[in-house]
Amino acid sequence: MAEFAPARGAGHALTMVDRSLRLSARNVDAVLVSLVLPVMLMLVFVYFFGGAIDTGASHGDYVTYVAPGVLILCAGYGASMTAVSVTRDMAEGVIDRFRSLDVGGTAVLTGHVVASTVRNLAATAAVLAVALAIGFRPTADPARWLAALGVLLAYVVALAWLAAVVGLLAHSAEAAGGFTFFILFLPYPSSAFVPIDTMPGWLHGFAEHQPVTPVIESMRALLLDRPVGDALWPALAWSAGLTALALPLCALAFRRRTA
Amino acid sequence: MRGTTAVEAEGLRKSYGSVEVLRGIDLSVPRGGVFALLGPNGAGKTTTVRILATLAQADAGRAVVAGADVRRERSLVRRRISLTGQYASVDEMLTGAENLRLTARLAGHPRRAARRRADELLERFALGGAAGRRVATYSGGMRRRLDIAACLVGTPEVVFLDEPSTGLDPRSRQTLWDVVRELASGGVTVLLTTQYLEEADQLAGRLAVVDGGRVVAEGGPAELKARVGGRRLHLALRDADAYTRLVSALGPRAVHRDPEHRTVELATDGGAAHVRALLDEVDPTRGEVTRFEVRGATLDDVFLTLTGTPPTAPAHAAGSHREEPVRG
Repeated sequence: MAEFAPARGAGHALTMVDRSLRLSARNVDAVLVSLVLPVMLMLVFVYFFGGAIDTGASHGDYVTYVAPGVLILCAGYGASMTAVSVTRDMAEGVIDRFRSLDVGGTAVLTGHVVASTVRNLAATAAVLAVALAIGFRPTADPARWLAALGVLLAYVVALAWLAAVVGLLAHSAEAAGGFTFFILFLPYPSSAFVPIDTMPGWLHGFAEHQPVTPVIESMRALLLDRPVGDALWPALAWSAGLTALALPLCALAFRRRTA
Repeated sequence: MRGTTAVEAEGLRKSYGSVEVLRGIDLSVPRGGVFALLGPNGAGKTTTVRILATLAQADAGRAVVAGADVRRERSLVRRRISLTGQYASVDEMLTGAENLRLTARLAGHPRRAARRRADELLERFALGGAAGRRVATYSGGMRRRLDIAACLVGTPEVVFLDEPSTGLDPRSRQTLWDVVRELASGGVTVLLTTQYLEEADQLAGRLAVVDGGRVVAEGGPAELKARVGGRRLHLALRDADAYTRLVSALGPRAVHRDPEHRTVELATDGGAAHVRALLDEVDPTRGEVTRFEVRGATLDDVFLTLTGTPPTAPAHAAGSHREEPVRG
């Protein structure tokens, strides 16, 4: 009588992805905020600060320098939205219904993470469109474009799983939203907006080795057709490592939350 | 096939931190029909239901639901039951139809069948016209019906409804009662929790009264009411002397006393003959009782009679955010 359990789990996960996508599509204002804010920030950086920032001749226009950083910022907004929606699900009776239908935590969270990734891809497309319109001129061929998007995607997925952990641990949407601050702050002490060598010396160590810098440097190099150098592997390692850390934490937190 | 009991629980205990929510719940719910868990806020009704529905684990005791052990055969239990909690268990931003299709697919129906099942249930619960509307626009009664419809997308043997009528207006409550009756007549065992004696009376073939994490009485409503006395004769006395005299003469027959307002209550069946006889008995001189009133037994009366004390104050209800918060 027992159906094959993994197949059942996969079916549940697909249904939960469908649910989370539908909910995202209904929550248009939140999606818009997570999209409009990074675009505004990009405009602020390019037009207000950009004139005063000298990123070195090799980078060309400031918009070309800053666009990858804005994409990362965007990923942060997306992740905090994911944390909030996980917290909401856990606080309401919905989770009881899912559990009484024998839907596991993996399926519920997969739904959130996949929807989060899809939302992020849409936001990325929008930010890129605006960046291109105001002078962002990447010179990469399609293969390098795909590689750059792949690096970004790996980071987005890692953030989404981390957001799921935060969503499971937080007991209110406000607390989950606090995650926003940390994740949105991370791009500032990195090479996202200004070159690291313009920062005070004591910050260099952190700025160079935190996850955002290698991700941004890889994307920059890939999009601008320059040698990727040694940024790519740290970028992928960070994303893979964060995901590998988040997955067991998710399982643990879900079990603890539903005990 | 699986015997005549739908739910069999023995010595269920559960604490949240230092708060003992269940102190040994024993239940035996016959297969088919409606069984009510009646009790005040904080009595342990929700915790009991959550344990029986495998959403929480008891610290001690055992329970078999629909023929499967809640601890060792959790998946099996989940396949045979369904639960509607007190809290919104549907997605407000989705339409009624989407909610039911989603639930049907999680219950194992393929996409096509899920659609069919959802449509069927929407019609059955008079939500066909609102199927394409977001649940956020539904009234409380419609939401409750959708909750219960979502409960039935599979073919559960046992349905748990936690305080299904809380927050409903009288008309929606009637509709809900009809739905519950229909469910039970279809052969499903319904276990519901309620704070209202009337609701238990209207719906349940059997009920258990829960207080302070224990079952304080179990039986049919008629049995229970016979013990409690179906109605109350409420008497107001002329002065303090009359009050004191009457209270000492009645002893434990005075099921409720209020020296401040000089009122006393006696159990009665509410019939004219009985009320007349009682009045003659307590006030042969026809000068001591100034007013009288016949009213229905309340949950408080049940507790007074069954436990000798008023219902335990739900002061510890904050022990867990799930544990029956006090409603205003």
